Amino acid sequence: MSEGHEHAGMGEGDAEPGYYPTRLRAIEALLIEHGVCRLDEIEYAVDRTNLRSETDGAKVVAHAWVDSGYKDRLLEDAVSAVAELGYDIPDNMPRLTVVENTEAVHNLVVCTLCSCYPRALMGRPPEWYKSLTYRSRAVVDPRGVMREFGLNLDEHVEVRVQDSSAEMRYLILPRRPAGTENLSEEELAQLVTRNSMIGVSEALSPEPVVSR
Amino acid sequence: MADVSPAKYKSGDKVRVGTGNPPGHCRTPSYVRGKKGTVVKLYGAFLNPESLGHGGSGLPKQPMYQVEFEQREVWEQYNGPVRDKVVVDLFQHWLEFA
Repeated sequence: MSEGHEHAGMGEGDAEPGYYPTRLRAIEALLIEHGVCRLDEIEYAVDRTNLRSETDGAKVVAHAWVDSGYKDRLLEDAVSAVAELGYDIPDNMPRLTVVENTEAVHNLVVCTLCSCYPRALMGRPPEWYKSLTYRSRAVVDPRGVMREFGLNLDEHVEVRVQDSSAEMRYLILPRRPAGTENLSEEELAQLVTRNSMIGVSEALSPEPVVSR
Repeated sequence: MADVSPAKYKSGDKVRVGTGNPPGHCRTPSYVRGKKGTVVKLYGAFLNPESLGHGGSGLPKQPMYQVEFEQREVWEQYNGPVRDKVVVDLFQHWLEFA
């Protein structure tokens, strides 16, 4: 992903900034003018988000797969548990909850009201996550949406759509794929995709062993 | 006025979501307004976005709950299994006992 830096202070080289950069710059100027926050605080918050990506979420998931005690702590109190791995979520950022997918229950996450996403751990959401199409269809027809992502769930599985409508952000702990007993934690993390932590897909299966 | 409204609901309680339509920064999705659900858990108390988003203090903090709804309660035309749920985080002032 080579998502550009969309921050208001950037893009000075543009001859005519578009609507959103202009709007961002105006909001930023007002925030500073009214003493709500300082420019360096805004820069810091943007940098923090850009520093994170799904590989960070994947490390947390892989660690939970290999350490059941850690998994219990992660499901009980995600903010403290991710801090154990060096991911601090400051008090002024939204809280984090991790929800486990099992054979019986499959969760997926959407933000119908905007695009809330566990940025403190995962960085920026993919474009489709922010689209009106996903945001409306994920709640009305979650099974149909997951089929389009290649995930066909059995009727006996309970599907739970989590709408991040308020102060909580959600990360899905996907099921550990079969045949991964001998993989290292680092190898396991390679199987954890962004989509599996949103819940629209399962984690990847390991490469089939090539017979010699 | 106290800074935190005391929590009225606990997990397992049946609740109904209010039907109001206030202007401004409201975090209650319209599709659950008027619907009946079950409290999963209490997350604690948070500043009220309907005040905070408009220059207010956000006080008193409102308890916020994870509330689950049967999909078929929310969408009449839902064609998946009866056990499927949609789970929404809601502030206490939007809830009443069902």
